[in-house]
Amino acid sequence: MYLVKVFVRHKKGILDPQGKTIKDALHAMKYKGVGEVKIGKLIDLKIEAKSIEDARSQVNDMCKKLLANPVVEQYTFEIEEI
Amino acid sequence: MKAAVIVFPGSNCDWDCYHTAKTSLKAKAEFVWHEEENLNSYDVVIVPGGFSYGDYLRSGAIARFSPVMNSLVEYVKKDKGLVIGICNGFQILTEAGLLPGALQKNKYLKFLCKNVKIRVENARTPFTNKCKPGQVLEIPIAHFDGNYTADKETIEKLNRNKQVVFRYCSKSGSVSPASNPNGSIENIAGICNEARNVLGMMPHPERVADPILGGEDGEYIFSSMLNSLKK
Repeated sequence: MYLVKVFVRHKKGILDPQGKTIKDALHAMKYKGVGEVKIGKLIDLKIEAKSIEDARSQVNDMCKKLLANPVVEQYTFEIEEI
Repeated sequence: MKAAVIVFPGSNCDWDCYHTAKTSLKAKAEFVWHEEENLNSYDVVIVPGGFSYGDYLRSGAIARFSPVMNSLVEYVKKDKGLVIGICNGFQILTEAGLLPGALQKNKYLKFLCKNVKIRVENARTPFTNKCKPGQVLEIPIAHFDGNYTADKETIEKLNRNKQVVFRYCSKSGSVSPASNPNGSIENIAGICNEARNVLGMMPHPERVADPILGGEDGEYIFSSMLNSLKK
């Protein structure tokens, strides 16, 4: 069994209105040093697989098909055996 | 003439579309549950608005994998009839790859529910042949994720192929950032595919296709579809 953490983020250059709003709020709270803020998603999933390579290839497929939209998002993930 | 209104868990404009299919498309309308796998008997398929699967993950992301979507892809490929996706329906069509691009959160993070003006950019599609080029229609929007986004090449291709069907505009028909409610690139409100048999739009024509609803501009779209299917 493997534990996978998938991170989905906006692609570079894609407008992230939530990130911008949070940045503005932090500035209003006097955290003047805050630069760009980006919002993403963290998806934890557990998966049975023959090997870590097999798990990695399955997760890659899932990301491409469902977990991220390649038009506006990019993804990375970490895997550990549990 | 038969029209299918696809129903996903969480669709909520399905009844409006059903009504419009009967009154404006003069069709025998049927609800089609998302688990159906055959759409071949229909002349029109309407993918209605709402919050399919609660908009979980991304709007339209999960609905795109419903069994009916494979048949819809086949339906389009074999050019069996016309497909119109409205609001969440548009989002589902982009997720399914039937239309390019994606719909992101509105620029100012507000759910927008109001009448907007849209300009007919291409009046030579099966969805707009009853409109005049440049005609301004007043149609309501009701969405949180209506901010149309695509990469530069896709936008260029859409423009080159005249696939941008509607843009948000002012009362007089001018297209500018001031008339852009949600941050969509180049004020895009609706696009069609290259084959011209799929239209996706964020505004809701089915909500203004009957005088009792306070507007009839949506009627242009459905009567255009009827017109092109009669030929």
